[in-house]
Amino acid sequence: MTLNEQQDEIIEEFSVFDDWMDKYNYLIELSKDLPVIDPKYKTQEYLIEGCQSKVWLFAEMEGDVVKYSADSDAIITKGIAALLVRVLSGQKPVDILNNKLYFIDNIGLQQNLSPTRSNGLLAMLKQMKLYAMAYNASR
Amino acid sequence: MSLDIQKIRNDFPILNQKIYNKPLIYFDNGATTQKPQVVIDEEFKIYSHENSNIHRGVHYLSEQLTQRYEDARKIVQKFINAKHDYEVIFTSGTTESINTIAFSFGEKYIFEGDEIIISTVEHHANIVPWQMLCERKKATLKVIPINDKGELLLDEYQKLISPKTKIVAVNQVSNALGTVNDVKKLIDIAHQNNIPVLIDGAQSIQHGNIDMQELDCDFFVFSGHKIYGPNGIGVLYGKEKWLNEMPPFMTGGEMIKKVTFEKTTFNELPFKFEAGTPNYVSAIGLVAAINYIQEIGLENIAAYEKELLDYATKKLESIDGLRIIGTSEEKVSVISFILDNIHHYDAGMVIDKMGIAVRTGHHCAEPLMNRFNIEGTIRASFSFYNTKEEIDKLFEAILTVKQMFA
Repeated sequence: MTLNEQQDEIIEEFSVFDDWMDKYNYLIELSKDLPVIDPKYKTQEYLIEGCQSKVWLFAEMEGDVVKYSADSDAIITKGIAALLVRVLSGQKPVDILNNKLYFIDNIGLQQNLSPTRSNGLLAMLKQMKLYAMAYNASR
Repeated sequence: MSLDIQKIRNDFPILNQKIYNKPLIYFDNGATTQKPQVVIDEEFKIYSHENSNIHRGVHYLSEQLTQRYEDARKIVQKFINAKHDYEVIFTSGTTESINTIAFSFGEKYIFEGDEIIISTVEHHANIVPWQMLCERKKATLKVIPINDKGELLLDEYQKLISPKTKIVAVNQVSNALGTVNDVKKLIDIAHQNNIPVLIDGAQSIQHGNIDMQELDCDFFVFSGHKIYGPNGIGVLYGKEKWLNEMPPFMTGGEMIKKVTFEKTTFNELPFKFEAGTPNYVSAIGLVAAINYIQEIGLENIAAYEKELLDYATKKLESIDGLRIIGTSEEKVSVISFILDNIHHYDAGMVIDKMGIAVRTGHHCAEPLMNRFNIEGTIRASFSFYNTKEEIDKLFEAILTVKQMFA
């Protein structure tokens, strides 16, 4: 699936919820599916510290695509991290860098990635792109 | 006297709205309080009809507004019962007030090897300025420990005092826990050792009467926006003796007596500490807020808020897995709590979606969170415009959180 197909699929999934609680319950569900970072990487080195919650992020190349795994101490943050991983993981670095992420705004979770909401997610997304940039440059 | 809460709520236009289609329940009063219409109107009126830069203007508007600004100082003086009006300095808020004192007092009185005492329950604004001062002067920061209820340990405090102690800076109420510190005792002990004391009143002044001459502290600071007044205005009270001896923090216009390129002499109090154009609009707006709460009566406010605190404490304590952090007998209407196995951020996100504004995180008091070995809490802080029905809604919201994250 392409990166944008992944985004569209998520938008489709969220379109059935008209209530915030349903959205959050779904995020809680998604948090359980997140490819959880190998405990050996759940260290200071891979920690993205937010003011409100912590996020750990690991990335590696598998063939010509980037594989991400992550974790968070807060479940909703973890659910949103799972969405970011789902969209970006398994994609080529160049696609990760060149595609705009529109699904977050579309499903109404943009406030969770605003610079003033320091839950670690915006920094996580930035870090995901930095990994892609580094892999892209080293190819 | 019992308060007419519905009438009071009508004075605060912001309270009458829906958030996510639910009536707004505002429990983030520790961060900032809402403004009554009289405060909003006052600022609107000044900008619409009275605005002019104050002091030294020879024209009508300037003279009128200068008079109102200086009257504001006198009203604040009366509000806190300071001895002189020139002991009241207007600043931008508590943070600027503390930074001013840490710099100016530090310049004059702190030297290598000296010691400064703060406490475990301080807001970062009453930690970092002293830390910076200690770095500049090679002084040492000493910290009064607390017990598990969040109360300062007075015995330990006494042990920290030494001939090298130059100043004690503590808050009267912890912003993160709502616990009230016995500052009168802290001040008395310090004064027996000839040590001046700064009291951070940011979280106390909105909850009851505070009297500078009775308290006898050397410095007292607070913010206007936390007592129903405008943003960007705060107060630095200092005893005349100190303020006269201390050098100014910021320099520029208004605060000078005479300037030549060789030398500048400074103006008298209070102007020495008010460099540049002061925030006269908000200072006058602050007066509208003070008048408003005095009309309701601070004793009445304190009594009603205590009622809310007791009601909420009892209600929240009945929730399985909920632990209140800060359980001192002496508290203002603030409840900080954690939920077993549920992250405060998750809880806050869900509570928000129910139209309830609470604060989550470390509340700018990281060392205090470390003391309790927690990452943060959920804090509900109540004001006299809140109701028991709203607390019931918070109770239900917490039950929903528990259900969702179980």
